[in-house]
Amino acid sequence: MQHGKYRFIVGFLVAPLALYAIFVIWPFIQAIYYSFTDWTGLSPDFKMVGFANYTRMFDDDIFWKSLRHSLVFALLLPLVTLSLALFFAFMLNVGGRRRKGAAITGVRGSGFYKIAYFFPQVLSIAIVALLFQFAYNPNDGVINGTLQAIGLGSVQPDWLGDPNLALWCVMAVLLWSTVGFFVVLFSAGMASIPKDFYEAALLDGASRFTTFFKITLPLLWDTVQSGWVYMGILSLGAEAFAAVQIMTVGPGGPDYSTTVLPLYVYQSAFRDANAAYATTIGVALLVVTLLFAAIVMRLGRRERLEY
Amino acid sequence: MKTTDTPPPVDRIEDRPRVTKTAAARKKEKSSEGGVLNVFSHGVLILWAIMVVLPLLWAVMTSFKDDDSIFSSPWSLPDKLHFENWSRAWSQAHMSDYFGNTLIVVGFSLVGTLVLGSMAAYVLARFDFPGNRFIYFLFVGGMSFPVMLALVPLFYVLNNMRLLNTLPGLILVYIAYSLPFTVFFLTSFFRTLPTSIAEAAFVDGASHTRTFFQIMLPMAKPGLISVGIFNFLGQWNQYMLPTVLNTDPDKKVLSQGLVELATSQGYKGDWSGLFAGLVMAMLPVLAAYIIFQRQVVQGLTAGALK
Repeated sequence: MQHGKYRFIVGFLVAPLALYAIFVIWPFIQAIYYSFTDWTGLSPDFKMVGFANYTRMFDDDIFWKSLRHSLVFALLLPLVTLSLALFFAFMLNVGGRRRKGAAITGVRGSGFYKIAYFFPQVLSIAIVALLFQFAYNPNDGVINGTLQAIGLGSVQPDWLGDPNLALWCVMAVLLWSTVGFFVVLFSAGMASIPKDFYEAALLDGASRFTTFFKITLPLLWDTVQSGWVYMGILSLGAEAFAAVQIMTVGPGGPDYSTTVLPLYVYQSAFRDANAAYATTIGVALLVVTLLFAAIVMRLGRRERLEY
Repeated sequence: MKTTDTPPPVDRIEDRPRVTKTAAARKKEKSSEGGVLNVFSHGVLILWAIMVVLPLLWAVMTSFKDDDSIFSSPWSLPDKLHFENWSRAWSQAHMSDYFGNTLIVVGFSLVGTLVLGSMAAYVLARFDFPGNRFIYFLFVGGMSFPVMLALVPLFYVLNNMRLLNTLPGLILVYIAYSLPFTVFFLTSFFRTLPTSIAEAAFVDGASHTRTFFQIMLPMAKPGLISVGIFNFLGQWNQYMLPTVLNTDPDKKVLSQGLVELATSQGYKGDWSGLFAGLVMAMLPVLAAYIIFQRQVVQGLTAGALK
């Protein structure tokens, strides 16, 4: 097997590795380097400024605002999304158990629910954001129109225009579009839990709450944890960027009420022509992301259950 | 808590008496279940289904209405099917161009991602050489880094290579950013394939390259389909990369083109045309999802479960 082995290895690795190095690794290294310069992005001239960008960042109110919003996205959004998805998945796979005579089944129509819930996941976040931008429109939007129609005409919030509401509106949209994915993911996880565990619980007369907290959740913990990391990375990065950038005025909302870290990186670099400062915020985003993943993995570590 | 033997297929056995059960017996069982809780749970499930499906149906319905009735009566059915919204969006609002660009970019990126990703994954999974682990973690590490950090320098890298605002540039970037997950997924997949067939082919005189393309790649088809669907949806729906790297109005892809339409002053007011465009962009993926529902779900969840 040795003949031509190394030539083959090099031949197969060179193209993917080159592409990856040029477009992914190299920009990452450059980004960290640029964060110590005063590069504007417009001219090729720049000089080293040490930690000046970092001290500026720590005094920057907008940075702290976007950091706070990003943290809310990374902590609260997965919590709500995963809880809702766990509830749905449990109902769809285990919840209807006493109906059919079969030991463990989902509620009636669970197949349909699984298909329907997953729908938003295949849509582009840009399309979803546009759709809800229409719905949230305070004057002609469907939500306020419906409120009017059911006799709540006095309640006409400004949704995305209200600094106190805008961030929650964006989060609701991300919730809407991701719950289905986790329902299906957890369903797959629940399907692999041996049925005799549930039967034993059933014989012991355990309620659905007990069954969920004593059997399903512990055995599903690994999936929940990786789901949390996955969701957190999404809501610190691309998804939150797209939703905020498309939906909120500014973009970034009234009085920066919805600015998140990735959006602030984008605006600093391409609107304010301050590439070095943008990469500095990007480094902060990297640190937050890695810390987040490390903390979730650490806190979530438990005795591993095997079955 | 450890059972080494696989549990018997309980549900099969338990299923059988159900068929013979009388309706009365079934009814009795149903009523014995905690009624209030059940009504509540079912209510929540139905409510969420409505919340998910209704906005999409509403968007389809709205795309067939004229501008006046969109706002005057948002929930009523269209008076007649205004197909002119669709033709107007397709030709005048450049939806046909956006579709074309997206098809080109995603087509080439997808093929490139699968070919390059499987090549790298195959070598990393099957050959022992110095640096193997290092290269593997270099690829896989890319999954957890925030792309936004790299985008600022990447903009200037592409600018220097004269690839900014070009479709080939976008294709190369899509491939590069799809590699981490693709390599991660396919490496573990290639490890599960039996070695004996590849060795037999090699003994018969096939070269490494030939063994890969004629033996291993066809065997890896299920894995390629899973990761292919994952990448297809990701690349088709990509918004952040084209927004930063592709600002030429003629080169826009679907998602950014739609956002452009919604925000540009020239099209303000043509709501029906915009909705037609939105639905037009939604339909291909929705149709693909309904047809390949099982594969899409497997492809998308395979990533997070592994």
